[in-house]
Amino acid sequence: MLRKIRLISAFACFSLITLLFLDFTGSIHTWFGWLAKIQFLPALLALHVGVVVALILLTLILGRVYCSVICPLGVFQDIISWLAGKRRKNRFRYSPALTWLRYGVLIVFIIALIAGIGSIAALLAPYSAYGRMASNLLAPLYQWGNNLLAYWAERADSYAFYSIDIWMKGAATFGIAIGTFILLAILAWRNGRTYCNTVCPVGTVLGFISRYAYLKPVINTEKCNSCGLCARNCKASCINPKEHAIDYSRCVACMDCLGKCHQGAITYAHAHKSAVTKKTEDINQTRRNFLTITSLFAATTLVKAQGKKVDGGLAVIEEKKIPKRTTPLTPPGSLNIRNFTQHCTACQLCVAACPNQVLRPSSSLSRLMQPEMSYERGYCRPECTRCSNVCPAGAIRPITPADKSAIQIGHAVYVYENCVINTDGVRCGNCARHCPTGAIQMLPSVADDPDSLKLPVINTERCIGCGACENLCPARPFSAIYVEGHQSHRTI
Amino acid sequence: MKKKDIDRRKFLKILGAGAVTTTAAMYGCKSENHSATTEHPGNIPTDKMTYRTNPTTGDHVSLLGYGCMRLPTVPTAQENGDDIDQEMVNKLTDYALAHGVNYFDTSPAYCKGRSEHAMGIALSRHPRNSYFIATKLSNFSPDTWSREASIAMYRNSLKELQVDYIDYMLLHAIGMGGMEALKGRYLDNGILDFLIAERKAGRIRNLGFSYHGDIEVFDYLLSRHEEIKWDFVQIQLNYVDWKHAKEVNPRNTDAEYLYGELTKRNIPSIIMEPLLGGRLSNVPTHIVGRLKQRRPTDSVASWAFRFAGSPEKVLTVLSGMTYMEHLQDNLRTYSPLHTLSQEDKDFLEETAQLMLKYPTVPCNDCKYCMPCPYGIDIPSILIHYNKCVNEGNVPQDSQAENYRNARRAFLIGYDRSVPRLRQANHCIGCNQCIHHCPQNINIPKELGRIDQFVEQLKQGTL
Repeated sequence: MLRKIRLISAFACFSLITLLFLDFTGSIHTWFGWLAKIQFLPALLALHVGVVVALILLTLILGRVYCSVICPLGVFQDIISWLAGKRRKNRFRYSPALTWLRYGVLIVFIIALIAGIGSIAALLAPYSAYGRMASNLLAPLYQWGNNLLAYWAERADSYAFYSIDIWMKGAATFGIAIGTFILLAILAWRNGRTYCNTVCPVGTVLGFISRYAYLKPVINTEKCNSCGLCARNCKASCINPKEHAIDYSRCVACMDCLGKCHQGAITYAHAHKSAVTKKTEDINQTRRNFLTITSLFAATTLVKAQGKKVDGGLAVIEEKKIPKRTTPLTPPGSLNIRNFTQHCTACQLCVAACPNQVLRPSSSLSRLMQPEMSYERGYCRPECTRCSNVCPAGAIRPITPADKSAIQIGHAVYVYENCVINTDGVRCGNCARHCPTGAIQMLPSVADDPDSLKLPVINTERCIGCGACENLCPARPFSAIYVEGHQSHRTI
Repeated sequence: MKKKDIDRRKFLKILGAGAVTTTAAMYGCKSENHSATTEHPGNIPTDKMTYRTNPTTGDHVSLLGYGCMRLPTVPTAQENGDDIDQEMVNKLTDYALAHGVNYFDTSPAYCKGRSEHAMGIALSRHPRNSYFIATKLSNFSPDTWSREASIAMYRNSLKELQVDYIDYMLLHAIGMGGMEALKGRYLDNGILDFLIAERKAGRIRNLGFSYHGDIEVFDYLLSRHEEIKWDFVQIQLNYVDWKHAKEVNPRNTDAEYLYGELTKRNIPSIIMEPLLGGRLSNVPTHIVGRLKQRRPTDSVASWAFRFAGSPEKVLTVLSGMTYMEHLQDNLRTYSPLHTLSQEDKDFLEETAQLMLKYPTVPCNDCKYCMPCPYGIDIPSILIHYNKCVNEGNVPQDSQAENYRNARRAFLIGYDRSVPRLRQANHCIGCNQCIHHCPQNINIPKELGRIDQFVEQLKQGTL
């Protein structure tokens, strides 16, 4: 019964959190966005004291049910392990805890967080690891499925589904997601919860607390006949059948052993002071290396617009390239770069939620996998505040569209050499026409000739850095107007 | 365990098969701009075509003329690439000839410049006296205004069409660019005199012009009729433009006037845009109902063709037929023509007035504006907008009854019809397209208006 409750609730949590990463319409977040916000690490980084205290209390009462139910990476490993179990039964065996490794990783993790090296934290953190797998590996499949439906809908003249662009948001992050997946899948396939009990920093913290949990599985030594069936079905490898002891720091309260015991010797109950023995042995292998894949972008060649002589046809459009920004752009609501990098767990939720193809994981080493903004494919539209509403870690604080219209995240810079008034000798002004704050005015390029081609003049005080000008600039591959980021956002 | 596995496999199989059938069933549901339908199955007569006689040459010209501006294409490997579907062109040409069509109208500019070549291939498979070929001197670009370039264009037409004479030669789209363009293209360089000389030499059998836009040019050329002797003139005529051309487009002139001026001088008219670029076949739903109630088995397009063919001095009515179904539907309408009664005409006049209540952009999808040097897909944007107007998906404000559905239909349909990079927000207003438009649409202004509307829909500030 307890196991069934655990299975059902874990399945519900897991599917809903996965949907958060897959859903691009923003409707799931309205109802289930809180599931991301009760994740331990994001809550801790967002300084949601209530959530953290509640999770600690939960662990103190019930043990590590967080790891079995709420954590999507834990459930993910359970699924892999369950599949493996269909091939080979009773495959686990007791192994002593690797305490030095667990605490070592935890210390590295804490140092990384304090030092603001988000990429190391993101590599180790369970929610981030799951997020990058879901958004990099699963979301494209989901979106292809959607596009197939959209294709059918279009054939049927229905507007129920619409097609969306699927693109490689960050090669490095994609590579790491594949690496994470392969590594975790192998570990879970072979030994169940190895990651949770040796690497996961959240697991280590909760494990420490769960030793003092009020309710936990206890072995009744009078009934136990030392058959060891429970240990061979413990995916956390934490039951020592010889000594009738359970290592509660590793037990994730999955309740599998309860039903397995033919003698009914294991119950989920309050344990009366009984010594829990454990030993440490030195073990060798730890490995974690990731490959970074770089990819080449094939640049399309620009066919220079020829004098029009015949009817029809479409001019080739060259792809835009990312301009070199001295300061990276962070989303409105992130306050400043420091706040952003310190809180961000690189879970990719905002990247998955961004409907304008602006956010993508960074490939710079210090901010690896943390989202950054760029405007080649779209711009930060005035009506959209999705990233700020989905962020569970407080890296992007919630804002309203009204707030957004006044938050300056950067300012536009004009590059005359790229501008079509210089390269093509035609009038334009598309940047000024689309500026939502009216920060761009068009003035004659020759001061005393009002008929000369007009060039944009930017009032940087009014510019909010949304990138409409950069995105809609006809100059390619580099826009003639681009946005430079600000270290700290300000309200204008 | 084993049993369960088989069930799952079976399930997947069924699911897969279901998906395939659904795709197959839905394939072809996509609506087309020109929606001629096969409403009378059964045979199309091969010997019932209505013919009109050219007063100068005595040519018997079929009332249905084949417009070669929208020839069928097949997509090619490269993005947005296409090739003329020559096999289909041949098939359509053979079918048209077999059912009595003998007038083919092309131009060096049509179909990205590939129309003449394709028609040359298709028509040269038939005896030269079995068809009349019409082509134009399409020297729009100022660098083809010189005498040499224009003559080279004319000679190239003869070569592409594989003929040694042209039956109907037109000065192309007179009126666009006003008197200035007329002088630059035909008068100052002596090309008009050259063409008259070619007519004398028999290499041009009929000389005329197609007219769009500035009425001053039309009147001027007709005033010189005594001297030049125009053999025919091509005008835009349909039941909306007959009396309401100005309402569709302020720069246009009522077809009633144009046709009247030509008839006065006994010049035969050739009709273009009988369907107003498809807008008289793809009409708002209640107009479909209105037309169907009166003649349930006739297609919507047939009304427009009967209207254009009814005036007696009309030599032929051009239709740019991409699909066999269009050709068949039009053949039915004209084999033979059932002339409109006075009641029918009044009925269509009322219909025209109803249609004008829909504020569509007068784009006929002729693609003269294309390619836009900045990659905008102008006709697709305007057609999407018109489609939404006709289907009632252009809400006035957010309080409108169907606002949410209309907004969704407009925005999703927009992304479907036009790739994002080719949408109106990328128009920089360089104005290079304006003088290419035979309907004189202020394209950048219209695109700006549509872009603003899209912005309002997206931001929810309508």
